[in-house]
Amino acid sequence: MKKTYILDGLDCAHCAAEIENNVSKLEGVDSVSVSFLTTKMIVETAEEPTADMVKKLKKTVKKTDPDVEMKEA
Amino acid sequence: MKKRIIRLSVGALIFVAALFVPAEPWWLRLAVFLAAYGVIGYKVIFKAVRNICYGKVFDENFLMAIASIGAFAIGEYPEAVAVMLFYQVGELFEDFAVGRSRRSITDLMDIRPDYANLKIGDKVEKVEPDQVKIGDLILVRPGEKLPLDGVVVEGDSMVDTAALTGESAPREVMVGSQVLSGCINLNGLLVVKVTKVFGESTVSKILDLVENATIKKAKTENFITRFAVVYTPVVVMAAVVLAVVPPLVIEGAVFTDWLYRALEFLVVSCPCALVISVPLSFFGGIGGASKAGVLIKGSNYLEAMASAEYVVMDKTGTLTQGVFQVEKCQPAEGFTEAELLYYGAHVESYSTHPISTSLKQAYEAGNGLVDQNKVKNVEELSGYGVTALIDGKLVAAGNGKLMEQKKVDYCQDQMAGTVVHVAIDQTYAGYILIADKLKEDAVSAVAGLKKRGIQTVMLTGDNRAAGEAVGQKLGIDQVYTELLPDGKVEKVEALLAGKSKKGKLIFVGDGINDAPVLARADVGVAMGGLGSDAAIEAADIVIMNDEPSKLTKIMDIARKTMVIVKENIVFALGIKLLVLALCAVGLVNMWAAVFADVGVSVLAILNSFRAMRVKDQ
Repeated sequence: MKKTYILDGLDCAHCAAEIENNVSKLEGVDSVSVSFLTTKMIVETAEEPTADMVKKLKKTVKKTDPDVEMKEA
Repeated sequence: MKKRIIRLSVGALIFVAALFVPAEPWWLRLAVFLAAYGVIGYKVIFKAVRNICYGKVFDENFLMAIASIGAFAIGEYPEAVAVMLFYQVGELFEDFAVGRSRRSITDLMDIRPDYANLKIGDKVEKVEPDQVKIGDLILVRPGEKLPLDGVVVEGDSMVDTAALTGESAPREVMVGSQVLSGCINLNGLLVVKVTKVFGESTVSKILDLVENATIKKAKTENFITRFAVVYTPVVVMAAVVLAVVPPLVIEGAVFTDWLYRALEFLVVSCPCALVISVPLSFFGGIGGASKAGVLIKGSNYLEAMASAEYVVMDKTGTLTQGVFQVEKCQPAEGFTEAELLYYGAHVESYSTHPISTSLKQAYEAGNGLVDQNKVKNVEELSGYGVTALIDGKLVAAGNGKLMEQKKVDYCQDQMAGTVVHVAIDQTYAGYILIADKLKEDAVSAVAGLKKRGIQTVMLTGDNRAAGEAVGQKLGIDQVYTELLPDGKVEKVEALLAGKSKKGKLIFVGDGINDAPVLARADVGVAMGGLGSDAAIEAADIVIMNDEPSKLTKIMDIARKTMVIVKENIVFALGIKLLVLALCAVGLVNMWAAVFADVGVSVLAILNSFRAMRVKDQ
């Protein structure tokens, strides 16, 4: 299923690319796409993401670009 | 933003003052420069340190910090501060440009309604559009946006559909008219019965679609992302080599010189200009298209449109209006055109077939209403036609087979369209030719495609005479007729196999019964998306207002976007490589490096703005 998150504070384009790259490597993530312009991230997972999964996503985003806060849309 | 500008201005003033501080004592000069540096760049340093703590080493902040601290270390104080200042000013411009384009895109999409006037009994209440349920009544005042799709139950008005179709001519609506969310009510007060919840309404669908368009990335975008991943480490490695190797190999080489050049390398290593401007250009193109009434569901489709080789079009509903109309009344000797139409329209008056409806319309356009009371003993002969008694005369109307059965001599010419022969009291009275009408801009659309060097193909389920007549009128290159739906898929597959590797095949249909073909083509374009969910779902690109001439417009937008994308790639990479080369031999200083980083980004972003502007044809 697809879930949209807002990446608050995303203001560097190659960070968007890096976030996409790093999130795509996470276990359980089928595909991910980050749009720099709309500051949105769409993550596709097989099942409804658990709280743990969301935490993992948040951490990965933060680690890739500490200026960015991932929020649930 | 304002704070940043003030901070940078203060820093710049201290910097200018520092330039006038005498060289001795050295500590005073250093202190003033450090003060300027601190004011301008403390955030960069802070971020660099913090990001290292997060395990992120080679980011821009780090590079700028290293480069400027390095400059301090070798005694180039003014340069150190200037680099930081220049970098920050560049960033400021960059943020401003990005913010502007983000805003202009939201403006472009400014069709989201903020509220609905819900009517409960005599009271009217302002509510969020998503709280309105199907069957609720809403009030739409002049000047307000229609918040949800529905049917007008009271009032009449003109509505502006420009936000959905790009068409500026307002449309008239009255009781019973379907109205779509996103339109603007111009003059009358309307009461609308809601037929779709907000999430399902046209406006939500369109917004969703365009917002998510950047998610489907174009090949060029993916290439750039992959390239960026390689580019930075390569340049960083080159920098290390540049700092270490020459001082060891070249006699008399000063280590600090080479270290400085290596620092310049690091500054140029950020791939920002590329990564930012490419998606921005695509988004601009998509935004521009939506302004023109064309929805594009992904950057990849826009990219594919630019290299279209074949445009395969369905006939009915795409090139023609899909509405049957009487094209010709040809009376036989001894009969008049009026008589022919009179009997034809009346004998068919009990049928609801599109052919009969078109006869009725043609008759009623010039005469009174069709009077069914005059028609007696109606007998429908399936596959043949119909017979009835009208004004005491036995009238038979139908195809050639019916005429043969009634033993009436009739005109047997091949004609493009559906022919209704009429016999009165066993005497041939003539025929009425009914055909689908071409869309007004069909001719110019096909001509425009051919002018752009695109092969045009038409597929139709209609008979050969009708199909080829249309093909000829429009000047279409290849026409295939009498195709069943799966025959259309086969034809498209054959064309796909025959086209060049880089060329793309575009299929254009009305989205109703050609979903398999839409899916099979490289890009599926649906016509007449206005209110048709099926079309919006099935297609990659939706032309909101039925006009085939929008095809050339999409193509122009796509091509222009690709040109801008290529310009940006060549420009950014070119400048970066040039500066890298000049840095390596020590011909340029840090300023050039910073320009190659942020300056190029800003210029590339400004260039990508052009993609958003769409010229009228």
